[in-house]
Amino acid sequence: MSAVAQRSLRPVSPRRRRSDAIARGVVLAFTIVAIVPLVAILYWLVKEGLGAWSKTFFTTDPTGRFLGDPGGIRSAILGTIEMVALASIIAVPIGVGVALYLVEYGKVGRFANVVRYFVDVMTGVPSVVFGLFVYIVLVVTKVAGTFAAWKGSVALALLMLPVVIRSAEVVLNLVPNSLREAALALGAPRWKVIFRIVLPTALPGIVTGSLLAVARAAGETAPLLFTAAFVLGSSADLSQRMNSLPLQIFNDVGQAQDRLVQRAWGAALTLVVMVLLLTLIARLIQRRSKLSP
Amino acid sequence: MEAGSLTSRATVRGGRSIHERSPRSRAIDPLLKWFLSGLAALILVLIAFFFIRLFIEAKPAFDKFGYIGFVFHNSWVPSQQLYGALPLVVGTLITSAIALIIGVPVAIATALYITELAPTRVKAPLTVTVELLAAVPSVVYGLWGIAVLAPKLQPAEQWFSDTFGFLPLVGGQVSIPNYFIAGLILAIMIIPIVSAISREVMATVPGDHKEAALALGATRWEMIKIAVLPYSRAGISGAAMLGLGRAIGETIAVTIVIGNAADIGSTIFSQGYTLAAVIANEFGEAASDPTHRAALIAAGLVLFVLTLLVNALARYYVNRASRPATVPKGMAG
Repeated sequence: MSAVAQRSLRPVSPRRRRSDAIARGVVLAFTIVAIVPLVAILYWLVKEGLGAWSKTFFTTDPTGRFLGDPGGIRSAILGTIEMVALASIIAVPIGVGVALYLVEYGKVGRFANVVRYFVDVMTGVPSVVFGLFVYIVLVVTKVAGTFAAWKGSVALALLMLPVVIRSAEVVLNLVPNSLREAALALGAPRWKVIFRIVLPTALPGIVTGSLLAVARAAGETAPLLFTAAFVLGSSADLSQRMNSLPLQIFNDVGQAQDRLVQRAWGAALTLVVMVLLLTLIARLIQRRSKLSP
Repeated sequence: MEAGSLTSRATVRGGRSIHERSPRSRAIDPLLKWFLSGLAALILVLIAFFFIRLFIEAKPAFDKFGYIGFVFHNSWVPSQQLYGALPLVVGTLITSAIALIIGVPVAIATALYITELAPTRVKAPLTVTVELLAAVPSVVYGLWGIAVLAPKLQPAEQWFSDTFGFLPLVGGQVSIPNYFIAGLILAIMIIPIVSAISREVMATVPGDHKEAALALGATRWEMIKIAVLPYSRAGISGAAMLGLGRAIGETIAVTIVIGNAADIGSTIFSQGYTLAAVIANEFGEAASDPTHRAALIAAGLVLFVLTLLVNALARYYVNRASRPATVPKGMAG
């Protein structure tokens, strides 16, 4: 009797216990391995980048001189802000519009599913291909000159579009149907339901998704390479070539001169701080919203 | 007077009921619907237009070298007008393979740890930390890779190369920019997406399955092996393929750390080139040479088609896995 009870309550054998411990250890070790690069990159960014930061670093343009003072990164910061702002103005309304279609009108239709599928596919298109596309369509054909900042913005907008659509779609889907039905039952037309009920309810989520898309676009180099090109001075003219932080870094790394690599670290730290701030703001808005996915 | 008015419905001017909407208000609804449908259709038109324009511009290169010849000919010498993209295709495949071999196990382990093993307190911060890896711009990875990682790892790589020289693709002199460093950087870059999608898929594993395994006396790891991994296998494959798509298309970080040599390197520690890197790197000089430009656009088209195929397949797997309702209950294990 007692023998039977003992056998059925036998503890986990040492061998199985050991393999469990080993496997858990390996999983934990791999997780730590995944975090090490982030810590290492942030450490080097702060260590090398802070040394490059100074007041003149942010208030002067790169000089392009081979010797002497290489100058700061003012034009790069301004260019990134201007081009990303224009890209957002293009991508966010279109993206939210497509998401509205997918949620409000095309919930189950075949056409909507095809659109959804291709939006997913678009997420995977390499950014360099978007750059090539805009180069072929707008730069080679010399639409209003060759390289121009607004063409860079178009390339960035193409890149942001699928991110905006997907995140907006997720949030719009979270708006409770009872709200829509209540408004319809009170006699509101469809468009009023969308603009007065659905969009305001989903707004924080849409802002979050858009900010994350902006953060992604701000760090992109490849699409700007053949669209906005590279230039030293600052300008507010979107029809001219324009500098940007990623391109400035890319150029400086390629020069293999210590003082330029130093500037690249400073610019990289600036860029990462900008991107992280955007990500942080996006997350804070998401946390305060009632509809969080 | 007709019969209608005899029912004494209150009407305003124009003969409509006061309960009906004005024609203007009614017109907006279909307009909005058509406008939004138009926007959605625009996405499809854009992708089609995209493909066609790339194809037209790449045509001269394909005409000259043939489709097969362009992709499989091993000579990329712009100065002699020779454009065979094999060294680039091979470079893309080698770096992506290294990225998958290193990145996918780490990403899956991270996802497993977060969903199944981690104490509740560390779950959220850990998730955010892994996602922050995706926030670091590609060019910053490149800068860190070439200025810090590559020089620091070079002695270790040289030791590995000398010690394990008998293995295929290992041995010889290690150059500072090389396939392996590019693959390693790519591995770091794909960890967030592979981990995020794996986590999503693992979250759909029914609690019943896990509890059943534990109730039968399985240890945590055995529960993962019996219940979690088999159920989420398709989704994890999809996640790995999405990572592959990212790795194939990644441009700037790779351009900085791969050395940009248009030959097929003999080992994983040789310099190389990838499809994406060649476009970023040679574009400046190609602007004035139509054949060179067509060849680069053709490289872009090959890249586009490659990522399109990989992503389409990946989405198929992920969508299948993340819609648990379509998985028959009995088949899930």
